[in-house]
Amino acid sequence: MAARAIWKGTIRIGSVKVPVKLYSAVEDRGIHFRLLHAPDKQPVVQRMVNPESGTVVESKEVRKAYRDEDVLVMLEPEELESLEPEPSRDIEITRFVPSDAVGPQWYERPYYLGPDDSTSQYFALAEALKSEERHGIARWVMRKKEYVGALVPAGDYLMLMTLRHAEEVVPASALPEIPGREPDAKERKLAEQLIAALEDEFDPAAYQDEYRERVMEYIEARAKGKVVKLKKPRAKRTKEPESLAGVLEASLKQRAKEQKSA
Amino acid sequence: MPEQNNEIANRAFWSGTITFGLVSIPVGLFPANRGHRVSLRMVDDTGTPLSRLYFCPKDEQPIPRDEIVRGYPIEKDKFVVVDDEELEALEPRKTRDIDLRRFVPQEQVDPIYFERSYFLMPATESTKAYKLLAATMQDLKRAGIATFVMRGKEYLVAIFAENGVLRAETLRFHDEIRAPSDIGLPEPGEVDEKAAKRIAAEIRKLNESRLSTAELKDRSAERILSLVKKKEKKGEDVYEAPAEAEEEEEETSVIDLMEVLRRSLEQKKPKRTAAKRSATKRSVRKTAGKTSARKKTTRRKSARKSA
Repeated sequence: MAARAIWKGTIRIGSVKVPVKLYSAVEDRGIHFRLLHAPDKQPVVQRMVNPESGTVVESKEVRKAYRDEDVLVMLEPEELESLEPEPSRDIEITRFVPSDAVGPQWYERPYYLGPDDSTSQYFALAEALKSEERHGIARWVMRKKEYVGALVPAGDYLMLMTLRHAEEVVPASALPEIPGREPDAKERKLAEQLIAALEDEFDPAAYQDEYRERVMEYIEARAKGKVVKLKKPRAKRTKEPESLAGVLEASLKQRAKEQKSA
Repeated sequence: MPEQNNEIANRAFWSGTITFGLVSIPVGLFPANRGHRVSLRMVDDTGTPLSRLYFCPKDEQPIPRDEIVRGYPIEKDKFVVVDDEELEALEPRKTRDIDLRRFVPQEQVDPIYFERSYFLMPATESTKAYKLLAATMQDLKRAGIATFVMRGKEYLVAIFAENGVLRAETLRFHDEIRAPSDIGLPEPGEVDEKAAKRIAAEIRKLNESRLSTAELKDRSAERILSLVKKKEKKGEDVYEAPAEAEEEEEETSVIDLMEVLRRSLEQKKPKRTAAKRSATKRSVRKTAGKTSARKKTTRRKSARKSA
């Protein structure tokens, strides 16, 4: 079944314009429980309450405030409205960077882009991006919110990934250096061999969220009125190593044995 | 048993052990992402911060926490109630291991899968196995793929090494990602090569060799903060805030990570002169403040400093 576009916009790269539609690339598979009032199994409702007086404050009376250390500065709805970004349909590409320039910690949410009206400009852009081996850095306003993102090729198609803002990522370079001696040549060699022995292709389809599946099965069985017996999970313990090089050698031997028997 | 680096182990969001072959590396996990820079509180018109309470729709009375249960809707007005013990019993085997049994070329992990990012910091006095693994993965440009269980949920992670630090990226599961065919995108026809060439030329005009974080600034947050400062200066709509302890909702803040790491990692270094140490302390604080967003008090200090 075809998905519905969540937004429409126009990619702008200098003088080039490419109209696109945005589709979520993520499908929510989470298990969503409702909170219920235990005695009567009624779904609860949330209300904002003044904790001092216990008075319920209606949502249209709720104000927003920014906490600045020991004071709260209240912002009126009209003030917040005046700070909203100008509505626009433009997805402006400000830069193109090598495809590995944006590290994993920046990525937030992926969207597919589909052509809107003209397919030829869309597929020409996907082709150009792929052959240039570049990612575009984008800015746009969607539903009154400002986004930064990466325009990336996905096969013959285009994706727009929202990125985190600058202040939302802690760079590894901000961490203090980890003390201790550097590994010696022998250890390095053994570790390289062990990683090489565990070399594989990334196969995301090989992993399932088994917990989610078990919870769903359990709920379905209970819905049919079945009584399901549950056991407590058991903890597992691990051993600690002695000489690092010795343990690496033993690991390599074990890996070789595994591969032989496989 | 290597001596635990208690500071890391105690303050971590989660602590466990990376297993690499027969090598075990105890680690503590710290978030590498933070919430939005500006999060606004809900208040009433007298500036009193509001609490979110649950009410029963029948009698409009607030419900105490212990009278709330979790229900999964199966049909209209009908729920299967599932309690904490049941969920716990369904949890995956409680292993504290991140078992690195697969190493893949870094670029094979498509950004579409990336969800959240955590630093894995060494939680023992001896850091040599940690340093060895990080250095080797970094050199070989390999990411380690593993699953582990944190707070009752199973996570698939790709572990990257950068600057000598291991970082776990939690990944979305494959069935959470749509394919272009699921969306119903049209089949690509013949590409208009002339148009592609013209676009490529425009792309080249905007080429940069790296991404500057200045490109990723949160402009909305900046506008809100500057209005806050302006109002504060004029003393307009400024109210006394309740004690932080009553309000604090965040569990792990970045400043904690910086402080914890500084304290625990510096224990290992040879003693420095007092002056030198306090200089380091200041510079660490400054970096932490600059990059901090989650803990409001910290951000404020840094905002004031730079003002």
